[in-house]
Amino acid sequence: MSRIGTIARRTFLVGSAAIAGGVAFGVWYATKSMANPLTPAEGETALNPYVLIDAQGVTIIAPRAEMGQGSHTTLAALVAEELDVAWEDIRVIHGPPGQAYYNHAMFGGILPFPEYNKSALAERIGDVAGYLGKALQTQITGGSSATADGFEKMRHAGATARETLKLAAAKRWGLKAADLRTENGAVMAPDGRTLTYVELAPSAADLTPPSVELRPATEWKYLGRTMPRTDMVAKSTGTARFGIDTRIPGMVFAALRINPHLGGAMKGFDDTEALKMPGVLRVVNLTTGIAVIATNTWLAQQAADAVQIDWEASPHPDTQDAIFANIRAAFETEANSTLRDDGDAATTPEGATLIEAEYAVPYLAHATMEPQNATALYTGDALVLWSGNQAPILHQKRCAEAVGLEPEAVTVHTTFMGGGFGRRGEYDYSVYAARVAKAMPDTPVQLTWSREEDMTHDFYRPGGMGRFRGAVMDGRAVLLDGQIAAQSCLRQGGVRMMGIEAGGPDKGLVEGAFDQPYAIPNHRIRGHIATVDLPVGFWRSVGSSITAFMYDSFLDEMAHAAAADPLDFRYQLMKDEHAPSAACLNAVREMSGWTGKTPEGTGRGVGFCYSFGTPVATVIEVQDTGSGIRIAKAWIACDPGIVLDPGNVEAQMTGGMVYGLSAAAFGEITFTAGAADQLNFPDYDALRIHNAPRTEVRILTANRHLGGVGEPGTPPAMPALANALFDLTGKRVRALPLAKSFDLLT
Amino acid sequence: MPFPLTVNGIPHQIDLPGEVPLLWVLRDALNLTGTKFGCGVAACGACTVQIDGVAVRSCQVALSDVDGAVTTIEGIGTPDNLAAIQQAWIDHQVAQCGYCQSGQIMQAAALLAETPDPTDDQIDAAMQGNLCRCGTYPRIRAAVHAAAQSMKV
Ligand code: FES
Ligand code: FES
Repeated sequence: MSRIGTIARRTFLVGSAAIAGGVAFGVWYATKSMANPLTPAEGETALNPYVLIDAQGVTIIAPRAEMGQGSHTTLAALVAEELDVAWEDIRVIHGPPGQAYYNHAMFGGILPFPEYNKSALAERIGDVAGYLGKALQTQITGGSSATADGFEKMRHAGATARETLKLAAAKRWGLKAADLRTENGAVMAPDGRTLTYVELAPSAADLTPPSVELRPATEWKYLGRTMPRTDMVAKSTGTARFGIDTRIPGMVFAALRINPHLGGAMKGFDDTEALKMPGVLRVVNLTTGIAVIATNTWLAQQAADAVQIDWEASPHPDTQDAIFANIRAAFETEANSTLRDDGDAATTPEGATLIEAEYAVPYLAHATMEPQNATALYTGDALVLWSGNQAPILHQKRCAEAVGLEPEAVTVHTTFMGGGFGRRGEYDYSVYAARVAKAMPDTPVQLTWSREEDMTHDFYRPGGMGRFRGAVMDGRAVLLDGQIAAQSCLRQGGVRMMGIEAGGPDKGLVEGAFDQPYAIPNHRIRGHIATVDLPVGFWRSVGSSITAFMYDSFLDEMAHAAAADPLDFRYQLMKDEHAPSAACLNAVREMSGWTGKTPEGTGRGVGFCYSFGTPVATVIEVQDTGSGIRIAKAWIACDPGIVLDPGNVEAQMTGGMVYGLSAAAFGEITFTAGAADQLNFPDYDALRIHNAPRTEVRILTANRHLGGVGEPGTPPAMPALANALFDLTGKRVRALPLAKSFDLLT
Repeated sequence: MPFPLTVNGIPHQIDLPGEVPLLWVLRDALNLTGTKFGCGVAACGACTVQIDGVAVRSCQVALSDVDGAVTTIEGIGTPDNLAAIQQAWIDHQVAQCGYCQSGQIMQAAALLAETPDPTDDQIDAAMQGNLCRCGTYPRIRAAVHAAAQSMKV
């Protein structure tokens, strides 16, 4: 990481400027006026924000965080595809904070249009919103957008670098660039002479990058194939460095205790006993809690337990009932959005059978496998931060504010993340580390949260409720009128992360419901924002993790009311509306050998959700073992449009489904006096190897744009499980988690 | 009085209170960070190491109670000299975030030492204490089978 350790402190035009010891020129993609955030050290050449060449070869700077979703590997493949370097010779590291890494696709995705129905106009407006992302200085990994965002940019980066290196070689040899070719990290002349990229990079400094054309998919060597992940050896040998593995000479270790009554401050504390304990160096007052610095993390944790703390009360509702009463009350308030309003949803069509249902989902923790942590070194006029994070610019800025420095004085090293799922877009853990480090200048301090601290201080997936009215006639849906009520992640997160009060319709509240590709003549989806203000945030698949369970469960109920096969009922509504989605349903029908009938002791359910540009259909099979119900099998069909790495798509679909099933089966955070009742994995369990289903994934490619893969596997898994349990038992359960109503195998 | 501790064949004298869990001796005193902290309460398996070949949760073993030779993920193979089980993990591209995988591999290695050709049920029984939030279970199972095959020959 020290190779790109310094952050650019000046601005230069992308495309032409030489800088100390090398060259920076870049991606002719969005605009010419982004600062290149890489400052090459002596002997390094930063070809653009994404490619760095030095004596060791080619390093690709991934603009997106690697938290397990394989984006480093796919982004590297995009560059390598054009750059002609051998796969074994590519190294990938996280980029430093820099505006050039703004995430175009994610902001392009927040506008209130159904994704599957992108008109040219919607696409253009989506583009403008993408540039907005740059203006807001986002560099966020989220919204399953890493690959879509990098698809053009990263290939352009590779192609631009390649063509400029060819130009440099052409000059050296007195030949035409067009006569040269590239292979294995070198430029080759027709007569067999070669010059390596490493040799050529410095002389590329004076050249203007030529305009480039991207290679057609038919010529791809890396893209479209399963590539060995660039991080796999490190992650199989214990040598991958996660944030928690940061080790700096002279480092000390800290533990944190923040008021578990969320939002409450601290009246006072007594650290007399703690200070006498072995290894303890210092107790730091953080006003809403304390940190203990010691010579060992465990000694720090023990001492933190020994500090007597007098907490203030939480401003949030006292009971779980009060929280959900607040959410329910939101139904009576004016809708924040009506993003779908087809036909006349207020009237029940004559002669139709009306059904109504109310659903509820709980608050959820992210529970990343690696507890929150960060390491910081404060030296009076500068701060160095080592942090696994999904948003380096934000971490830089907030840490700077917290310790009273300018952002330029804060260096952020982004490490591997032991899971993100949305949790590591928040910056709280970096800020705590910075504040604790400030109390002990010139000493690197690693602040590690206990699992209990992590689970009780999350930005939770909001709990939510859904009210649905529907009507069926002649085996088909003629009315679907849904209302969703929950806290708004966007409103709370907008203020917290960007200082923006987001007004207007919150698409995130109703995505997964309003934007589903079903042709129902009278079809309305309204969102209602609850006023309860518990800390909430972005959780793998965001709004769809709330709404898909409700919307798709209700479709299942409608199918049964219509005496139709639930899979075919969905298919008939979908086939003329969005063929690629319907094809996913057909695929799981075929893969599972779906007949609509299941033997005694077996149940099957289907679930579908279109999210992040990718339709996903899932069939779940449950079996009654006599000693608990087993989630036995799963079939998933998805259509991300273009498949850049099929092995990774399969892994993400399976992993996303397991994450969704874990939540649907067992996940629930409840609050008493504003404090989470669940503290650790024994209270908040997930699927394990013995109760996770055998899974088969099929990838289709008919969709017309590149969709995400990290999140879309999560939403449909939840209703599919509930629908399967209904098929098995005849019991329709409308509240998660399902283990409260069924004897699921644990 | 420092405690003697042998890790990956190397003897150490550890100057920490005897009740410090082995996990935090490895990570913070010896900088062997391959062994991970996940829960601290024996509920996730991320901290799994072997003591005399037996898989144990290092968050639950006090330094003063360690009565054998400790092997960590760093001790079974390195990037340049992979153990067969690590090669199987790479061949099957198991890891996603990778955080749980040291523990998974140490648990699986102990299983294979005792049961060279485990059935799916035996794998499930041995591995269910090892949580993976990324949901890599199908590939873990496949990699354990593959490692069993490659270790036979
Ligand atoms: S950290 Fe030891 S089992 Fe979780
Ligand atoms: S690979 Fe992420 S927790 Fe297992």
